[in-house]
Amino acid sequence: MTGLLHRVGETGRSAVRIVVDGAEVAALEGDTLLVALLTAGARLRESEFGDGPRAGFCLMGACQDCWVWTEEGGRLRACSTPVASGMRVVTRGAPWPRP
Amino acid sequence: MAAPVVVVGAGPAGIRAAERLVEAGLCPVLVEEGARDGGQIYRRQPPGFTRGPEALYGSEAAKATALHAAAEALRPRLDWRPETLVWAVRDGALLVHSAGRGESLPYAALILATGATDRVMPLPGWTLPGVASLGGAQIALKAQACTIGARPVFLGTGPLLYLVAWQYVKAGAAVQAVLDTSPFASRVAALPWMMARPALVARGAAYTMALRRAGVRIATGVTPIAVEGEDRVAALRWRDAAGRDCRTDCDAVGLGYGLRSETQLADLARCDFAFDAGARQWLPVTDEDGRASVQGVYLAGDGAQVRGADAAELAGRLAACAALRDLGVAVDEAEMVHLRRRLMPMTRFRRGLERAFPWPAHLAAALPDEALVCRCEAITAGELRRAGGEYGAPEVNRAKAFSRTGMGRCQGRMCGPAAAEILAAARGMPIEAAGRLRGAAPVKPLPVLTEAAP
Repeated sequence: MTGLLHRVGETGRSAVRIVVDGAEVAALEGDTLLVALLTAGARLRESEFGDGPRAGFCLMGACQDCWVWTEEGGRLRACSTPVASGMRVVTRGAPWPRP
Repeated sequence: MAAPVVVVGAGPAGIRAAERLVEAGLCPVLVEEGARDGGQIYRRQPPGFTRGPEALYGSEAAKATALHAAAEALRPRLDWRPETLVWAVRDGALLVHSAGRGESLPYAALILATGATDRVMPLPGWTLPGVASLGGAQIALKAQACTIGARPVFLGTGPLLYLVAWQYVKAGAAVQAVLDTSPFASRVAALPWMMARPALVARGAAYTMALRRAGVRIATGVTPIAVEGEDRVAALRWRDAAGRDCRTDCDAVGLGYGLRSETQLADLARCDFAFDAGARQWLPVTDEDGRASVQGVYLAGDGAQVRGADAAELAGRLAACAALRDLGVAVDEAEMVHLRRRLMPMTRFRRGLERAFPWPAHLAAALPDEALVCRCEAITAGELRRAGGEYGAPEVNRAKAFSRTGMGRCQGRMCGPAAAEILAAARGMPIEAAGRLRGAAPVKPLPVLTEAAP
């Protein structure tokens, strides 16, 4: 499946590996989590109300439609969270928080 | 120690306001939710990106560079608080959150430069992956060097529609169509106001011509019908000005109908609002210098009224002058007169834009009952209409209580303007009678685990 977003430049940055739902995803240093997930795939999360996949909307921290979760249960707003090497996130429902 | 002057928002208005305060010898606090200064319009790419200002900001490169330089020069001279969310205003203090810590920030004066977001009219399928706000489509390009799709359609109205479409063409995207709900005639009728800034009119025409030369289909006076696709955007259905049904294959839709001022903090600061018929929006009441109805609170930039970045820089400086004067610091009247004079054509131009690219309020009544209005909680137009009809909600706050529209995590930022129109249309009342969603703290979601600062 091709990603939703397409890179049109700035591809010379160093690679960063993150883990999304248990699988490795290749990203670039400086990517937001939203960009890392949506250049690799076509969804960010599922609507809690059963109406299907979502992939953010405003990209500027206003709509809150791009939430994903750390494996520890911390909430991340994907559009405003930069990727970091070794980051592990889940996109299908919030895990119970672990301290 | 006396409380400082606090500026919220490090876009064009906030930076110029802070700069004026520093010039007067003050050390203000500048609070910004994002990581870097510049705001959305002059948004900066992350460290490590290499495109130059020309590539990022086009004709506005010099202004963007100047603003960023001003912000950097200010940094050691003020209390710079990036990645800090202001989530409430109470008793002369801001409640802020940063990296898991909460803090109360008392202010001697408060300058709100909170900017704007896209104003959106929902259509069936607008929650599908691949639909982004117009501003979001531009941010993807500017801040991340990505397009929202390889074959996007841009739908909505306003100058941003054409600008973003052109930026996408330049970036190599195969833009399938630019679909404007405003009829071309309204643009012609608005010329007397728009000509207050002839250079901008010429630039807008140039974008349109460049798009046509690039072979992009442009249609005005369109009626959006639906975004189609299974788990992602596959096509857009729409009706042309002659009433013919059209279907355009695409993999993304950039959607936006002008901008909506971000006013929640002004609301929490208990500022008076008034209905602005031109904008069809409730806006905080200010005098021409930006003083709000509450003593010590000032508003500048698109968060007060959408006049764009050039006006925001001037209004930020003017609001700072007003705040300084009210604090007993001498400000030369000539400076304020000059700023007010320069803002006049920008205010007139704004009125022109409202006429040329009107918010398509009429689409609200035609939105099918099953269309989602609230993205946060998946609430349909039908449920909202039932709140206004069967349950008798006379205005938006009651309708929110009955239907939860506007109660979700975005606090009505995305659905609010459309929800008010849907309710007004369902009850057959003028839009101003639908009222405005009251701001509620926290204005954005906070982690439950927030530590209080000592």
